[in-house]
Amino acid sequence: MPAAFLALLRRDLLLAFRRRTELLFPVAFLLVVVSLFPLGIGPGPALLARIAPGVIWIAALLATVISLDGLFRSDFEDGTLEQFILSGHPLTLIVLAKIVAHWLVAGLPLVLLSPLLAIWMNLPMESLGVMILTLLLGTPILSLIGSIGVGLTLSLKRGGQLLSLLVFPLYVPVLIVATAAVMAVSDGLPYGAFLGLLTAGLVTCVTLAPFASAAALKISVS
Amino acid sequence: MKTDKARKNPLVMFIHKLGSPPWFYGFTGKFIPWLWAVFAVLTIWGLYLGLFKAPPDYLQGESYRIMYIHVPAAWMSMMIYVLMAIMGFIALIWRIRTMEIMAMNSAPIGAAFTLIALATGSLWGRPTWGTYWVWDARLTSELVLLFLYLGVIGLYKAMDEPRKAARAASLLAMVGLVNLPIIHFSVKWWNTLHQGSSISLTGSKIDPSMLWPLLIMAVAMKFYYAANLITRSRVTLLEQDLRKSWTRTVAEDATGELKS
Repeated sequence: MPAAFLALLRRDLLLAFRRRTELLFPVAFLLVVVSLFPLGIGPGPALLARIAPGVIWIAALLATVISLDGLFRSDFEDGTLEQFILSGHPLTLIVLAKIVAHWLVAGLPLVLLSPLLAIWMNLPMESLGVMILTLLLGTPILSLIGSIGVGLTLSLKRGGQLLSLLVFPLYVPVLIVATAAVMAVSDGLPYGAFLGLLTAGLVTCVTLAPFASAAALKISVS
Repeated sequence: MKTDKARKNPLVMFIHKLGSPPWFYGFTGKFIPWLWAVFAVLTIWGLYLGLFKAPPDYLQGESYRIMYIHVPAAWMSMMIYVLMAIMGFIALIWRIRTMEIMAMNSAPIGAAFTLIALATGSLWGRPTWGTYWVWDARLTSELVLLFLYLGVIGLYKAMDEPRKAARAASLLAMVGLVNLPIIHFSVKWWNTLHQGSSISLTGSKIDPSMLWPLLIMAVAMKFYYAANLITRSRVTLLEQDLRKSWTRTVAEDATGELKS
């Protein structure tokens, strides 16, 4: 079974790197969205520092949902997904491989870009480490929960619009806990518990979400 | 052998029969007027006691009376989501069509209760807290609940094939049910302004003269949900089975009654 997992992971990464420009879309989207906030709110450094964790996290949420639409789309349209289901390999594992590939391509760049965003938003330097940690723990949760929504809306023509309605309410706890952790650092409070909660959420989602999205895919393909 | 044994069990037989649309239609048709009648009597009784008999609150005056709508609606909004997810679970596992229809018809009723709870809450908040809306924990989780309902309804309506749509939306409802406590506690921790619960399973801090109308209204709303759900489900069954013979029989019976 791990062989199938690794083969699929390699295939998805290879496909992604063959279309390098598309890799940049979520990244560019994130940059544009975050740069709008100082323009709309004003360049006051104190205010920007206060809202920085929330702005960066909400932008990450939006960028994830934008990139999620492509998670199963091409495989669904050319019939590869049906072959996956018929292949005899557990669909849960296949789904997990695709989610890992998606996170490496769309989630990890957001984490790597966060220092730049932190400078833009005047985030205090001592909060930066925790900000990166929350993104590192949180963005995989976004991909995992999002995959369920993608699976459910796959057979719809305008699934992307519905997707945001389905997944944003489910993202609420991640947003609250992650931004609370960063703000706790700024206020000089202990933040370990928040990182613990995020890790717990990540472990729960890794174990449960692939089953739900595999079930969702089977419904969409039927 | 096992199936023979199961067939003789009256409860198993009853559940089997409920899965059959004609039987469900006939069976529910017998008691649906009673559900509506009990709902009407209890509501009139509860509202009379709550709006005219219960004394005004020493702190909030008359404005507290909105709780006779607000609190039962908030309770129902959560209860219906749980029931919808459970019915969706049953529908997904055993592929019972009447269950799919019941789960999906629960969503608009639950969303309406959520909206009523939010609207009455903000009307009450204006004189009491001085503002229509605050980002308080319970208000926020109720708002997220409304979004979850809208997601289920949206997904169900977006798909053309009703059975596939019901299965997809049922799965979404189940995912939402797993998330609901997490959302609730994260939001609760995030900000709390709402007054604490006055009623718990172990006792109540409310005077009986104020409590009784509330409990009567809560029961009345459960009858409303049952009556509304079954009425909606019967209509959906007729719509979906428009070209089947049992709906023809139902239609002939109905028109025959009209003629005679």
